[in-house]
Amino acid sequence: MENIFDVAIVGGGIVGMATAYRLAHRDLSVALLEKESDVCQGVSKANSGIVHGGFHYSASTTLKGRLELRGNLAFDRLHAELGFPFQRCGILVVAFAEDQLPALEKLYRQGVENGVPGLELCDAERTRQLEPKLNSQVFGGLYAPGGGVVEPYRLVFALMSAAVQNGVRLYCGFQVAGATEQDGTWEIASLDGRSLRARYVINAAGLHADDVSRLFGAEEFEVVPRKGEEYLLDRLSPARPSKVVFPVPSAHTKGVLVIPTAGGTTMIGPTAEIVEDKHDNSTTAANRKRIFALARKMVSGISERDLVTSFSGSRPVIEGKEDFFLALSEKAPRFLQAAGIQSPGLTASPAIAEYLEQLLAKAGLAIKDKTTAFLPWQPTPALREISPAEADRLHDTDAPGWTDVVCRCEKVSEAEIRAAIRQGHDTLEGVKLATRAGMGRCQGGFCGLKIMRLIAEELGLSLEAVMRRESKGKANISVLGGSRQ
Amino acid sequence: MKTLEYEIAVIGGGAAGLTAAAQAAAAGKRTVVIERSRELGGVLLQCIHSGFGLHYFHEELTGPEYAARVQQKATEAGADFLLASTVMQILPGKKGPLLTVYSRQEGVVWLQAQAVILAMGCRERCRGNLGIPGDRVSGVYSAGTAQLLLNREGIVPGKRAVIVGSGDIGLIMARRLTWSGVKVACVLEIMPYPAGLSRNIAQCLEDFGIPLHLSTSITGIHGRNQVESVTFAPLVNGQPDLTQEERVTCDTVLFSVGLVPENELSRDCGIKLNPLTGGALVDEDLMTSLPGIFSCGNVLHVHDLVDFVSLEAERCADSAVRYCARERRPGSQIQIAPGANVRYVIPNQVTPGQPHHLLLRTSRPLAAAELQLRDTTGNRLFVKRLRHLRPAEMISLEIPHDCTAGAKGLVLELEELN
Repeated sequence: MENIFDVAIVGGGIVGMATAYRLAHRDLSVALLEKESDVCQGVSKANSGIVHGGFHYSASTTLKGRLELRGNLAFDRLHAELGFPFQRCGILVVAFAEDQLPALEKLYRQGVENGVPGLELCDAERTRQLEPKLNSQVFGGLYAPGGGVVEPYRLVFALMSAAVQNGVRLYCGFQVAGATEQDGTWEIASLDGRSLRARYVINAAGLHADDVSRLFGAEEFEVVPRKGEEYLLDRLSPARPSKVVFPVPSAHTKGVLVIPTAGGTTMIGPTAEIVEDKHDNSTTAANRKRIFALARKMVSGISERDLVTSFSGSRPVIEGKEDFFLALSEKAPRFLQAAGIQSPGLTASPAIAEYLEQLLAKAGLAIKDKTTAFLPWQPTPALREISPAEADRLHDTDAPGWTDVVCRCEKVSEAEIRAAIRQGHDTLEGVKLATRAGMGRCQGGFCGLKIMRLIAEELGLSLEAVMRRESKGKANISVLGGSRQ
Repeated sequence: MKTLEYEIAVIGGGAAGLTAAAQAAAAGKRTVVIERSRELGGVLLQCIHSGFGLHYFHEELTGPEYAARVQQKATEAGADFLLASTVMQILPGKKGPLLTVYSRQEGVVWLQAQAVILAMGCRERCRGNLGIPGDRVSGVYSAGTAQLLLNREGIVPGKRAVIVGSGDIGLIMARRLTWSGVKVACVLEIMPYPAGLSRNIAQCLEDFGIPLHLSTSITGIHGRNQVESVTFAPLVNGQPDLTQEERVTCDTVLFSVGLVPENELSRDCGIKLNPLTGGALVDEDLMTSLPGIFSCGNVLHVHDLVDFVSLEAERCADSAVRYCARERRPGSQIQIAPGANVRYVIPNQVTPGQPHHLLLRTSRPLAAAELQLRDTTGNRLFVKRLRHLRPAEMISLEIPHDCTAGAKGLVLELEELN
């Protein structure tokens, strides 16, 4: 353990990874500590995948309002660099009652004050013209052409791969169990007995940022999970709108949305309710009914017949605080808080990374560009996105598995799955998030076993040793609960 | 990129595809079967129980034996096979349907056919498709996935199972799990009658004392990492009555809640589908709304017995062979629609005045019924008394040639008799 890292980032979600990616461009040594076996397994996995428009919060009175717009504007460059699925499809907030129009106008004024480009307040006719899938009972809309959708896991994975390729050290299965500070260096211990040293620490631990803060003797706060359920519809659903459709927001939530996801499906949700358990990923029959009813009020073509699956995830809300907590700790030295990153955290993440870098500089870390060239990241092609000619070329020049379709619903080739496993996404869940294999209408019914065989083969494991996903604070559990006869 | 030419391209190498290919090749047509898996036989390969073939081969076979028989027929008739090959799209070509095939062995293949037979089979509805609430835990499988694991990999999924839905695969798996030392706690069925065949209720549940709860809905799956329990409640006025909710501990949940024809490829190329079956709308030749593209087996409608799949596939292949020979049916076809108590009828169009072979299902159990074929003015053209009708069991019907002459449209009804 001769090496002392300049920066250790705790948490491999979007905030940690965006920061690691940014710092990978600098002349710094960086460690990323992730408690699960893969990154993007917490808050960043189960969210709406929206690049928000920059009008929901005031940029002059809230940090998240300011960073949302700045983050939004950074996505084109990030997308050009990393090639994750991202579309600026536009956002449409729709008033379905006359008395919602004042709230819409307020949002418009706030957006204009924030400096959102291209924002447009629309009458009913213009709103329907922008989104023909809307119900006819439309009174007006707010159109933000710069809003969009992103596949959050592919974004995080691309950030990870690019960061690692450029020197960031990734420690998976590293659950911080304790930290001590001496002579300007933190010594950080993992639950499994490993330890490492770093001069600066960034707390990007999502739902567990309160625990991590406590372990470093920094600020005391509580992260409460605000759970949201999402319902995913088949990519052939006729209800898929061309833009993200929002209702007029209430005081606490942006409401249930209809989302044309970056992956080509339609998603409706989320709910927003405070829950006790940070590991709660359940869904309820009552919320299913409510979400479908609310979504159908906006887009009538939505049908439970098109349901593929449902899931839930939680936003990390700091009790008593609705804004992001981005600051140098006042209690622990060289310890940076990146906590309470609820919506619009995904949108803001590039700007959060920039903000954290400035805080590091303020705390005395020299931020200089790398003297060596940054190695660009080449994403694995996706079979469903390339032409037959390109697929044939890859078959001939790279691997026969390029034209062997393993996941029929999402059209994922064996070669893509092997590439994902080799990049470290070696659980069934990891392969799914990295490639979409198993994410489609049959939910892995046909391809699950084939993918398990590929994981077992690539890792030299038995089928029984293949993992479904990260554990919930217990030992990892295999896909197969049972045993071989 | 390669190009290939065939007279008839069969998509899918299961029971339907292999039988159709055998029939088409035997008629002298250059025929290819395109199969996405690395082996032929489809779902039959994991159905190691017996009970197949009584109607088609007149002897009792296991699934793999049945698959081997139809594969042998196709091979002997001279059909070609493209394995580990997936049809990505069907384009309207100059000479007929043009298929883009991604093949592990061959790379990308452009396959020109004169006629195409769709035989892609069906898939299982899964937990996610139904929005079953509760925790996201390991130990939840579609019944067919569990069957694949157990019968082909020798992996027993758990120790104590609950089966949701009483479809045939679920019933077969109840028996199979019991034989493998798994305690099957119960089978939950939302309808007031079982979804599977009567013989499977008797042989797979009753013989082993496995309780079947009818009119009962699963209300949640619970656990932290692995399934720990399932809750369920009886239906009252169509909704689960939560005051009567019960909990049963288990580590495994199997879903056998219906099969869906795999028609995404068909939808992509513009074939019109029947919302009642999830299969293509077909005429008397089992031809879809796109000329030269035919459909048979479970991708057309979900069958109860594989024997009927093969019989339908033969008929479909005969039509495709006639199509290649440019033989067309004389006159125009008229619509035939399901009426009271009929869930669906195949085909959806017939030529009036010809003999018709119809397949239908009742929409609810009927002890006795009179089947009535009427024209659009209400005239009864054909009647037949039927007994012991169940939604799980398909009804096959031959209509003599002169019944429908002059009709402008047809409706098929089942009138309940007391």
